[in-house]
Amino acid sequence: MGCSCARDTLATLAMFALIDCNNFYASAERVFRPDLAGVPIVVLSNNDGCIIARSNEAKALGFEMGDPYHLVKEKIAKNGVAVFSSNYTLYGDLSRRVVETIAPFAAESEVYSIDESFLRFSSELDWLKLGREIRATVRKHTGIPVSVGFGPSKVLAKAANRLAKKSPASDGVFVMPDGEAKHAILRSLATKDLWGIGSRLATRLEAIGVKSAFELMNLPEETARKVLTVVGARICKELQGYSCLDLEEIAPAKKEIVCSRSFGHAITDKNEMSEAVAEYVARAAEKLRRQNSVAENLRVFIETNPFKPEQRQYFGSAGVQLETASSFTPDLIQAAGSALKECWRDGFRFKKAGVMLFGIQPASAFQSSFATPEPEVIARRGRAMAALDKLNRFYGRGSVNLAAAGIARQWQMRRSLCSRRYTTRWEELPLVLAG
Amino acid sequence: MQALEARKPLPLPMMLVQCPAGFPSPADDYLDGVIDLNEKLIAHPAATFLMRVSGHSMTEAGIFDGALLVVDRALQARDGSIVVAVVEGSLTVKRLKIVKGQPWLVPASKDFQPIEITDEAFQIWGVVAHVIHSPR
Repeated sequence: MGCSCARDTLATLAMFALIDCNNFYASAERVFRPDLAGVPIVVLSNNDGCIIARSNEAKALGFEMGDPYHLVKEKIAKNGVAVFSSNYTLYGDLSRRVVETIAPFAAESEVYSIDESFLRFSSELDWLKLGREIRATVRKHTGIPVSVGFGPSKVLAKAANRLAKKSPASDGVFVMPDGEAKHAILRSLATKDLWGIGSRLATRLEAIGVKSAFELMNLPEETARKVLTVVGARICKELQGYSCLDLEEIAPAKKEIVCSRSFGHAITDKNEMSEAVAEYVARAAEKLRRQNSVAENLRVFIETNPFKPEQRQYFGSAGVQLETASSFTPDLIQAAGSALKECWRDGFRFKKAGVMLFGIQPASAFQSSFATPEPEVIARRGRAMAALDKLNRFYGRGSVNLAAAGIARQWQMRRSLCSRRYTTRWEELPLVLAG
Repeated sequence: MQALEARKPLPLPMMLVQCPAGFPSPADDYLDGVIDLNEKLIAHPAATFLMRVSGHSMTEAGIFDGALLVVDRALQARDGSIVVAVVEGSLTVKRLKIVKGQPWLVPASKDFQPIEITDEAFQIWGVVAHVIHSPR
């Protein structure tokens, strides 16, 4: 049984664009702070623990992902680096805006993570021109800089995107060429820099003499499947130019979990949508628990069918910040329910919905040492947590807390350097000077 | 507690005839449609941001201290547009004027001076599409 690439034959044109935001969290912090253009920026993880994002200037200064904050504090001060606690609420909303801005450029779009989306095209276009237009439009509308890579498969689009970013001559847009030009590029690309191939698989490949993406592309299917599993074999096919990978088959390298699906029939009933969303939350929560993580933020999005322009179109999205990071499905479902309530509109025929969990941290950072409670306690806990979440969302984080349960503030998030939730809170709107 | 849901449409019943201060015509015995304020004020949701005004340099244009601005980044700024621009790293609201090909940021108050823009890297952050002012 070969790879199921009967899904896409060469007869049907498929072109993918991978659009991803440059240094997304750092770029997000610049949107309302034009004074930070060109200034090195680092963003800290929850609890201000370590660096999770850097602007290009901070990268140039030698700051690395995962650097513990307390160890680099001095270097930060010495170099005039701007520091921010992660503001997932802001990032989530800006991410939504980027996604909405790029959606009209293609018939099909797929959100892959908080800062990456794929577009799919089925007719030939001037790709370079289109890429430049996408880049300019996203920058103008949202303030976020993006890079665009085009290729006949997702793996190739991802590789093209990497080149769009890394090669200054490309100016943020790169189209994967054919023939010898493509081979030259793949020869200079290490396997570990390919989507879906991490350092572990790269080591396995090196053991059989495969070092570059070009060598991987030419690997016989049997060998690929044996060394890399069936997903790895599909990556080879994708390198050859065949599209046969579903987004779900490769987890994002970054710390978000997305679960989204198109529906077989359009959904117009809110209860039916609630059920679908709950199912996606459950699936995403499972992945979360499997990697021993908890999530603090959740975003729900719902869309109508762009293939049916005669129908009213609507793209809705709403985010929730949980008071306590959780991987407890009932908690997450309640949060998703609140988010859905905010973005739901009657009178539309929804074709697709999705859930994104972000603000992900290791579960061990929390008091997850409690024994599993009784079912009634779980139910009560679920309701209590939901009410808590709703109130905190309206009045601001930390306004309402669990009454003196002794768990008090010891583990409370340290978030001292958070920027304002400029786009989601009336009381935190940006100020513009008339003076 | 009334939960303020800022993103829900604000439906206002629409009368079919103008009724300046008196009663509508009794012949109008049905209402047609509802008006969603979001539809009117937010043409490009992904590119629209709300901002608060701090200061008095635009009062003669009807923009007062504390007003709410609906800023649309998808719009093209033109001569005469009220814009949010970046001046010395800060966001500022002014009227854009093009004089002999040269951009100026002009206040709407005699207590403030126009600014000539000579910096090549001058940035318009967005165009002010609407101004919301509460008289009370």
